[in-house]
Amino acid sequence: MKRLLKSLLLASVSLPACVFAQTTSAQTTLTQATQSNLDLQTRLAALEAATKSAQSAGDNAWMLTSAALVLMMTGPGLALFYGGLVRRKNVLSTMMHSFILMAVVTVIWAIVGYSLAFGGDSAFLGDFRFAFLHNVGSAPNPDYAPTIPQQTYMIYQLMFAIITPALISGAFAERMKFSAMLLFTVLWSLLVYFPMAHMVWGKGGLLNASLGGRFPCFDFAGGTVVHITSGVSALICALYLGKRVGYPSEAMKPHNLVLSVIGACLLWVGWFGFNAGSAVAASGLASSAFVATHFGAAAAALGWILAEWLHNGKPSVLGAISGCVAGLVAITPASGFVKPFPALLIGFTAGLVCYCMVSMVKRKFGYDDALDAFGVHGMGGTLGALLTGIFATNLVNDGFKDSAGRLLPLGLVDGRPSQVLNQALGCAISWGLAIVGTLVILKICDALLGGVRVRKEHEIEGLDISLHGEEGYIFES
Amino acid sequence: MKKIEAIIQPFKLDEVKEALKGIGIDGMTISEVRGHGRQKGHKEVYRGQEYNVDLLPKVKLEMVVAEARADEVVRTLAGAARTGKIGDGKIFISEIAEAIRIRNDDRGESAL
Repeated sequence: MKRLLKSLLLASVSLPACVFAQTTSAQTTLTQATQSNLDLQTRLAALEAATKSAQSAGDNAWMLTSAALVLMMTGPGLALFYGGLVRRKNVLSTMMHSFILMAVVTVIWAIVGYSLAFGGDSAFLGDFRFAFLHNVGSAPNPDYAPTIPQQTYMIYQLMFAIITPALISGAFAERMKFSAMLLFTVLWSLLVYFPMAHMVWGKGGLLNASLGGRFPCFDFAGGTVVHITSGVSALICALYLGKRVGYPSEAMKPHNLVLSVIGACLLWVGWFGFNAGSAVAASGLASSAFVATHFGAAAAALGWILAEWLHNGKPSVLGAISGCVAGLVAITPASGFVKPFPALLIGFTAGLVCYCMVSMVKRKFGYDDALDAFGVHGMGGTLGALLTGIFATNLVNDGFKDSAGRLLPLGLVDGRPSQVLNQALGCAISWGLAIVGTLVILKICDALLGGVRVRKEHEIEGLDISLHGEEGYIFES
Repeated sequence: MKKIEAIIQPFKLDEVKEALKGIGIDGMTISEVRGHGRQKGHKEVYRGQEYNVDLLPKVKLEMVVAEARADEVVRTLAGAARTGKIGDGKIFISEIAEAIRIRNDDRGESAL
């Protein structure tokens, strides 16, 4: 096509030149033809550059927007969602967990985090080539995001690093020391998040399906990296810290479900940045992931309230929003790999399964996972990761080709059931890393800070007053 | 002087206020309270956790009236607040030793 265009253009330009040559010498004709040929080359090169630039502009615009959407998921999305679920006396401390991590994780990421997650090509952890964001500028990183500035990629990934530890706060809400939470987050990011991110998304990472991992695991937007690690760590924290004073005999109702509904809606909208943005381009795959995400959320909300309606007699608003979050979690690893109707199925299943986890399993085992970080994120993420192995198809994601350029089969629906095993391995590694890492970190925090849990009197008084000297609502003023 | 304390259903408040205004009583203190007598509460469920809520929202009215008016006030109040069902509420009457208007130091019934 290009060659035809070139020759047509050349012909249309040289034709008048030929006519002109009849009246001038052959020498002049040759110079003019050469000159117009050169002009054409220059103009074509400029055209190619402009097209590339337009594609980059589209990609960059979408990726910057996605980064903002993902940050919005933490603040105020998660802050409101979790904040509304706790008792009034702890609303500020709970919101502070989400908010302050926006600050803390940013600094660690800038210093060393991006590098450890995405620098180099080892199997388990990155190196220090990007420490202090050295060489992270407007030039793209061709391994990860060839059409956008590396800065954009870095800042996008940062938002994931922020929300992951914020999710864990759901487990230790209402009883963790602020200093302990800060130290925990720094250590957890270093020991659990950066290694996991590297293994799944970093070049050469053990589980990286696109960049040379030994055990390719399909995790489009972070079902294992974000949700399983945070959810399982949440369980460990809940067990380690112990139950809240008065749990489960005392009533600990959400003090403001209105805030939680708003938060859940912000999470749903923000998740488009989380999943569709993981296409790292303003492409058809981004559209596909956007649709899958939305469908997963919708079906899961319905699944949860159906289960609740049958089990409890009344569908609750808390159930609807919890369901939608469970669906978003489960669709996260699958979003860029599955078709819309499997996305509905994945979401619906997550709604049912997570409902059971939260209302039956938790009650049976009696652990105080205050805001169901494990039930929703840990289990939802595991379920989603496994179902990705079933429903991943190259009809949606054509990024995996063999050396001859043919599309490789992806999941069970493509005739490759073995992928489910790889998914299971990815889950096992995230579970293992989360469990061991979290235990070690909690022990360290315990030793350095003389305990991670607040004193009983402070817990009863409320963390807003005891840790922050503030009240969330002052009605008399 | 008599103090009349009435605990009524919140949705009856407007009707009671209008009725009392109709007989010339427009000074009262109103607070939102919770409580119950023989009225049963309800069950709330949050993510599988069940809670029995037996503290029901009510409205408390307090007013101090001249001895001679007490009966009329009670009749009007009760009449407006009544639905005939359990949960209608109660009225308590107590004796008041003194009443003082802060603005100009009026005392006794002229302070009401």
